[in-house]
Amino acid sequence: MWEVKYEKSQGLTDSKLSYCPGCAHGIIHKLVAESLVELGILDRSIAIASVGCSVFSYQFFNCDAQQAPHGRACALATGVKRVLPDNIVFTYQGDGDLASIGIAETIHAANRGENITVIFINNAIYGMTGGQMAPTSLIGQKTTTSQDGRTQKNHGNPIKISEMFATIEGVAYLERVAAYDPKHVLNAKKAIKKAFQYQMENRGFTMVEVVSTCPVNWGMKPVDAMKWSKEAMEPVYPLGVFKDKGRE
Amino acid sequence: MAKVLMKGNEAIALAAIKGGVDAFYGYPITPQNEVPEYLSKHLLANGKVFLQAESEVSAINMVYGAAGAGKRVMTSSSSPGIALKQEGISYITAAELPCLIVSVMRGGPGLGSIQPSQGDYYQATRGGGNGDYHLIVFAPESIQETIDTIKESFDIADYYRNPVMVLVDGLIGQMMESVDFDRPKKERFVPEKDWATNGTKNHPGRRNIANSLYLDPAELEQHNIKLHQKYEVIKKNETKFELIDFDNPEYVIVAYGTMARICRSAIEMLKNEGIEVGMIRPITLFPYPEKAFEQIPENVKGILTCELSMGQMLDDVLIANNGKHKVGFFGRAGGMLPDPEEIVGAIKNFNERVVK
Repeated sequence: MWEVKYEKSQGLTDSKLSYCPGCAHGIIHKLVAESLVELGILDRSIAIASVGCSVFSYQFFNCDAQQAPHGRACALATGVKRVLPDNIVFTYQGDGDLASIGIAETIHAANRGENITVIFINNAIYGMTGGQMAPTSLIGQKTTTSQDGRTQKNHGNPIKISEMFATIEGVAYLERVAAYDPKHVLNAKKAIKKAFQYQMENRGFTMVEVVSTCPVNWGMKPVDAMKWSKEAMEPVYPLGVFKDKGRE
Repeated sequence: MAKVLMKGNEAIALAAIKGGVDAFYGYPITPQNEVPEYLSKHLLANGKVFLQAESEVSAINMVYGAAGAGKRVMTSSSSPGIALKQEGISYITAAELPCLIVSVMRGGPGLGSIQPSQGDYYQATRGGGNGDYHLIVFAPESIQETIDTIKESFDIADYYRNPVMVLVDGLIGQMMESVDFDRPKKERFVPEKDWATNGTKNHPGRRNIANSLYLDPAELEQHNIKLHQKYEVIKKNETKFELIDFDNPEYVIVAYGTMARICRSAIEMLKNEGIEVGMIRPITLFPYPEKAFEQIPENVKGILTCELSMGQMLDDVLIANNGKHKVGFFGRAGGMLPDPEEIVGAIKNFNERVVK
């Protein structure tokens, strides 16, 4: 007898993912999709895709979607959520999109307590454009626009989004997670699901920052990239719950 | 509702409510502030959405989101603010989403001044956003005409799935006139928004996506062609203009908005002096009423383009005229408004005004 033990989530379409081998985007897409299905909200969800590697995420999440200009995902999400308060609205953004060009949109959406969920993928580099320095790139990290390594003097320090957003009153839930081993993937799933759960309960702005990878632009094999995200990134971006209004 | 005395910006806001606006997203800028101020009170009180965004960039992208969700949505701004909105306007147009953008022009470039100007004709009709796109641009000359246009604008935007821009200047925004909000609106077919991204539960079996990305050049070209064909239909259906005193004119003035109002007075003064001058008043700037120029009699001595700028619509006049008549230009800029006498003088000394 055959029994289905595992299948692709109904929250994902059959489109072939455009992500590079070893990149954690695929894992995180799966976690988001599973969460939407398990919470029974897929058919009232609207995904806001950003600009960067996840620009095509509107093709992958099996729900309605809008594709935002670079950095503006939280503005689109605000526009949608304000007119459709009973729908579930989430953005899926990388570090260039959210922490650089879109930081104003993101901070103000958080400060208004917009009842949306932000999935923030931090892999410390611009992937789609070919490996340029991100606001979250580490000191010493070599990128195509910091070829001798990022310096504090020239570029400033890596920006810590979760630490910063923890100070914002409108944030209901904020956790930084990682995807480098099964244990952390499972925890990331819990965090993502909780963020959506809070949105269903109208608690306010929720964000999950995922410390992710970019093996191609980091110039590493996938396994080494996972290792680097743990050993180099995690000390700069410590994991944990930064805010949880449900616990207060 | 009988006639009421109302300030232009507030009338714009009330007309939008009468037109069925569901949501407003904007950012303060002079001289349009009474639009969001009025709407903040009246939209929220009626369970609608009003949100002051953190920037014009954000506001126009909120418009994108809500328009994509299928609602009637608007923003308003003024020159430097519209400049910031150009990115979003390009995306909204590319994604074929309907919305209303009110532009209350002030002097420029840069921070310029807060006085009335028509220096944003290029901004409205050529756009500062990237790519091949057009807005449907109306340039009313009075508060009444502004109201009538705005009431109809959501129907037009919804029908074509394209943003409508209502372009006025700070004078129309700030002055008061006696207006009637109950004038009948043209009945239009408004299609159902079955494309709205409002959750697949509302359209089972189909995902709705608002998008402007086409990496395959062949596919993008098809999209460009589709948009172009839509603009051609808009040209055919929506071109609007008024011909004034066109019986047997010696000269023809071309002017829109506030400048057309000033020219009306100049035309009366010239008539009293025995000089017959007609006027083409474009009401839509895109599509531009090129056809109106076919009605200019063969024997006119010249066409005088009058603008509150250094000459922007002049380009479209030259295109429409196509070398047939002498074209002259009269303009004031920076927030300066001419007296009708100055236009009278420009007609009398037309030969000094000829540019082509």
